[in-house]
Amino acid sequence: MDDKGKEQRFVALCMLGVVLFNFPVLALFNVGGSILGIPVLYAYIFAAWALVIALLCWLAER
Amino acid sequence: MLQGPVIILCAFAYLGVLFAIAYYADQRADAGRPVIANAYVYSLSLAVYATAWTFYGSVGRAASDGVGFLPIYIGPTLMIALWWVVMRKILRISKQNRITSLADFIASRYGKSALLGGIVTVIAVVGILPYISLQLKAVSASYLILVQYPEIVMPQTLGETPMREDTALWVALLLAAFTIAFGTRHLDAAEHHQGMVAAIAFESLVKLIAFLAVGVFVTFFLYDGLGDLFGRAAAQPKLRAMMTPLEGVAGGYASWVWLTILSMMAIMFLPRQFQVAVIENLNEKHLSKAIWLFPLYMLAINLFVLPIAFGGLLRFPGGGVDGDTFVLTLPMAEKQEALALLVFIGGLSAATGMVIVETIALSTMVCNDLVMPVLLRMRSLRLNAQPDLTGLLLGIRRGAIVLILLLGYLYFKLAGEAYALVSIGLISFAAVAQFAPAVLGGIFWKGGTRMGALGGLVAGFAVWFYTLLLPALARSGWLPIGLLEQGPFGIALLKPLALFGLAGLDQITHAMIWSMLANIGAYVGFSLAASPGVDEHRQASLFVDVFRQAGEAGGARFWRGTASAPELYNLLARFLGVAAADDAFEDYAKAHGRRWPGDGLEADAELVHYVEVQLAGAIGSASARVMVASVAKEEALTSDELRELLDEASQVVVYSHRLEQKSHELEAATAELRAANEQLKELDRMKDDFVSTVSHELRTPLTSIRAFTQILLEHPNVDAGQRSKFLGIITKETERLTRLINQVLDLSKIESGKAEWQESRVDMRELIGDAVTGMSQVFEEQAIKVDVELPQKVPPVRADVDRIIQVMLNLLSNAAKFCEPGRGQIRVALQTQAGALRVEVRDNGPGIDPADQRVIFDKFRQAGDTLTGKPQGSGLGLHISRQIVEHFGGRMWVESELGHGACFAFTLPHE
Amino acid sequence: MSKKILVADDEPNIVTALEFLLERSGYQVRIARNGDEALKAIESDPPDLVLLDIMMPVKSGYEVCKRIRERPEWAGMKVVMLSAKGRDVEVNKGLDMGADLYVTKPFSTRDLVEKIATLLK
Repeated sequence: MDDKGKEQRFVALCMLGVVLFNFPVLALFNVGGSILGIPVLYAYIFAAWALVIALLCWLAER
Repeated sequence: MLQGPVIILCAFAYLGVLFAIAYYADQRADAGRPVIANAYVYSLSLAVYATAWTFYGSVGRAASDGVGFLPIYIGPTLMIALWWVVMRKILRISKQNRITSLADFIASRYGKSALLGGIVTVIAVVGILPYISLQLKAVSASYLILVQYPEIVMPQTLGETPMREDTALWVALLLAAFTIAFGTRHLDAAEHHQGMVAAIAFESLVKLIAFLAVGVFVTFFLYDGLGDLFGRAAAQPKLRAMMTPLEGVAGGYASWVWLTILSMMAIMFLPRQFQVAVIENLNEKHLSKAIWLFPLYMLAINLFVLPIAFGGLLRFPGGGVDGDTFVLTLPMAEKQEALALLVFIGGLSAATGMVIVETIALSTMVCNDLVMPVLLRMRSLRLNAQPDLTGLLLGIRRGAIVLILLLGYLYFKLAGEAYALVSIGLISFAAVAQFAPAVLGGIFWKGGTRMGALGGLVAGFAVWFYTLLLPALARSGWLPIGLLEQGPFGIALLKPLALFGLAGLDQITHAMIWSMLANIGAYVGFSLAASPGVDEHRQASLFVDVFRQAGEAGGARFWRGTASAPELYNLLARFLGVAAADDAFEDYAKAHGRRWPGDGLEADAELVHYVEVQLAGAIGSASARVMVASVAKEEALTSDELRELLDEASQVVVYSHRLEQKSHELEAATAELRAANEQLKELDRMKDDFVSTVSHELRTPLTSIRAFTQILLEHPNVDAGQRSKFLGIITKETERLTRLINQVLDLSKIESGKAEWQESRVDMRELIGDAVTGMSQVFEEQAIKVDVELPQKVPPVRADVDRIIQVMLNLLSNAAKFCEPGRGQIRVALQTQAGALRVEVRDNGPGIDPADQRVIFDKFRQAGDTLTGKPQGSGLGLHISRQIVEHFGGRMWVESELGHGACFAFTLPHE
Repeated sequence: MSKKILVADDEPNIVTALEFLLERSGYQVRIARNGDEALKAIESDPPDLVLLDIMMPVKSGYEVCKRIRERPEWAGMKVVMLSAKGRDVEVNKGLDMGADLYVTKPFSTRDLVEKIATLLK
C-alpha cells in the first residue's frame, strides 16, 4: 500500500475512533443491563477499543 | 512480614534489578550490539505513559466516576492512529536534525532560537512538577499504607507528621540518586540512553503483571467472575447508577471530549513520551509495531480497573478508604501479603519509571536549552577557552535532576493534598498540551514563525498558570481563597475557575478551552503578522518538507565563512570528548574518501554542518550553532542580503516571464498579421484577376472594332463583300461589347448588393412561355425544336420577373448555342416539388465534361474552351443567372454527360 | 520572296483582321487557333515572324514563345506578342521570354504593320 493511501487510512481510523468513543454513539450504549455479566456500556467500550486496536494492527503491519 | 524494613529492602532490591538491567543494556550498546533495538522493547518503553497515576489513580477515578477514567487512554489510542502521519514526520525531522529534546525540537524549528528553547524548558519543568509530585505522593502513600498492615489506614489520617513528609522527601532523594546513576554516566551525542530504555521496558512489564494480578485476584478470587462482581454491584442502587454513568462524568460531555483531546496531546508532548518515542527511537520501522502494541498494552492495563473499583466499593462501603488505594488495600484486606507487596512494587515501578525518564528528559532540556545558552553567552566565563566541557555539562544535568525532584517534592508539600491523583496529573497534561500548536504547526505549516510560537507558548502557559496552578495553590491555602471565589481584586470576570463567565465546566476543561484559545490565537496571529527571518525560513523548510529533502546536506546551503578542520575538531572534542570527536571525524573523512587525521579535511560548509549536528547532540542545536559560528567566523547571510538576493532572483524570474509573455504576444500578433496579409493578397489577387479578366474581355471586342474600323478607313478599296463582312463584324463586336459591359455592370450591382430587385408574384408558366416566345426567332433560325412541358397549375413564386426572364433567356440561348446544328432539340420542363418549383432546360448538344461542370458557373468560364474554339458569350451569363436564382432562395446546377447533352436546372421556392 | 507570318490567336475576328492586314502588306499569312497548332505550324514551315496572342487555349503565347526560343535554329525568327494584358509586368515577362515586340490590344493597325515591317527588314 502506498504511503499516501496508508496515511489516509490511518486518519480514517482515527476518525472512526472519534465517532465510536464519543457521545452520540456512547449514549446509545448508556443503558442498563449487561452482556455476559458485564454492563452494556463497559462491554461496548472495551469491545470497540479492541476493534480499533485490531484495525491498527492490521493497517500497520500490512 | 510487611514491615518497614522488609518493604524498603524489597524496594531497593527491585531498583537494583532495574539498575542491573540498565547497566547491561548500556554495555551492550557501547559494544555496538544494542539489546533494545527491537520493536517490542520500543513499544514497551512507550508504556512509561502509565505511571502511578494509572496504577492507583485510575481505580480511584473509576470508583467515583465510572468510565470517566478512560478518555486518558482512549485519547492516545486515537492519536496513535495519526502517528503514521505525525510521528513519522517528527522522527524523520529529529533524526535529520539531531534533535535531542522537545525544547530542542521547537527551538530548532523556529530558527534555532535559544530563547524559545529556554521558554519551552521552563514551561515543561513547571508543568511537570505536579506530575512528579503525584508520583512521590503515590509511592509514599503506598508505603505508608502498606507499612500499617494489617490495618488499613489512610495516610491523611496520620496527620501532618514529619514521618509522612519525610517519606516523600526520602523518596525524592532516592529517585534523584537513582536517576543520576542511570542517566548521567556519560554524554551521548544523540542523547540515547539505552540502559534507561531497557529498564523502562522491563518495568512496564512489571507494572502490567502486578495490575493484572490484582485484577484477576479481585475478579475471580474475591468474586466469581465478572458477572458475579457486576451483579452484586448492580444490587446497590448507588453502584448501579455508576453503570450508566455518562451523566455522572464530571462536567459531562465537554469534559469527556477535552480529556480525550488532552491525552492525545499528552502522549505526544510529555517530555518523557517525546524522549522514549522520538529521541530514543533507534529505527523508524519500530513504529509499525508500536502503533498497535502500545494501545493493546493500555487496553490490558485498564481491563480490570472497573472490576477492582467496584470490588473496592463493595468491600469498603462508606468511603473510608480512598479509591486511589483499592489496588493495594484490597489484597491487604484479604490478607494477601505477597500480592500486596507485588502491588507495592508495581506501583513503585510505575512511579520510578516516570520519574527517571521525565527527569532525564527535563534535565537534558535544562542543560542544553536553558543553562548552556546562557553560559555560552557570558563571555566572562570564557568557556571557549576551556578544553573540556563534558564535566560541566554532566554537572549541570545532575544538578538539574536533583533540583527538579526537590521542586516536585515542594509542590507535593504545598499543593499535593488538595486533589486526587488524577486531577493533579491532568494539570500537567494541560501544561504540556501548550506545546501542541507550536510543534504541530511547526511540522505542517511553514508560516509558523518564532514570534508566533513565542506568543502562543507564553499566552497558553500564562492562562494555564492562572486557571490551574493558582487554584491549586489557593485550595491548599497558599493563596487567599477569595481569589477563587471573587476573582482577583474582586473582578468576577477574571475568576480563575470561570474566566469571563464561562462557568459550569470542570476545571480542566475550562482551563483547556481558554489556554488553547490564547495559545492558538497568539500563534497564528503573530505568525501571520510578520514574515519569518532567514534562519526560520530555512528551518521551516527543513522541517515541513522533511520527506522531500535529500539528506542532511540541505542545512549547509546558506553558509559563508572560513574555518579550519582542526579548529572544528577541537570544538567537538571540547564538548564530546576526544574519543567521540575522533570517531566523528573519522566517519566523516571515510565518507569523503579521506583519512583523519592526516589528509587535510576541507573545512567547507558540509563539514561545518556535520560538526554542528554532532555538537547539537550534546548541547542542543541553538548552542551548537553559536559555538560553530564563533569558530567558523561565519558570515551569516544577513536578512537584508538574503532578501536582496531573493528579490533579485525573483525580479529576474518576473522579467524573464514578462519577456516570454511579450514574445508570445508578438508571435500571436505576427501570425495574425500574416493571416490578414494572406487574405488581403488573396482578395487582391481575386480583384486583380477579375479586373484583368474583365479588361481582357472588354479589350478583345474592342480590338476587333478598332482594327476593322481602321482597316475600312485606311483601305478604301476593299471589295464590297469584304466590306460588309467587316462591318458586320464591327456591329457584332459592338453588341458583344455592350452585352459584356452590361453584364459586368449587372454583376457588380448584384454582388455589391446595389441591384434593385423588384419582387412580385410570378407565374412561372407565363414566364417560361414568354421566354420561349422571346427566343423563337433564334430557334427558327437555327432550326431548333423546342419542347415545353408545363403543368396545369403552379403556385406562384416571389421573384423579380425581369431577372427570372433574364435567367431563362440565358439558359435558352446557351442551349441554342450548344445544340447540334440542324438537329437541335431543346426541352423545357416545369415541375412542382416540395416547397419549390423546378425548371429544366435540356439540350442535345455535346454535353459538358465533368471538369468543366465544376467551374462552369464561375465568372468568365465557359464550356468548350478547349473543344470547339471560343464560343460566343462572355462567360458571365451563367454566373449571373445563378446569382439571381440564389438571391431568391433557389439553386442552380447542371447535369450532363459527355455526348448526351446538358441539362441546366434551377429551383425557386414557391409561396 | 515574301516573308512568312504566322498568326496565332483564338479570337476569329482578330484573326480575320490580322490576316487581311498582313496579306494586304504582302506577307504570306498562316493561321493557328491555339498554342499547339501554332507550334506544329512553326515546325512544319518555320515562318519569319510569329504573331502570338497570349491568352490562348492549350498552350499560352508565353509557352510558345519559350519553345521557339529554345531552338537555336529559330533564333532569327521574330516573335511579336499580342495581348489585352498591358500591364508592365506582363510586357516585361513577354520580353523576357524572348519576344521581340509586345503589342497591347486594341492596337493601331497602321502601327502594327509598320513595326512588323521594321522587324522583317
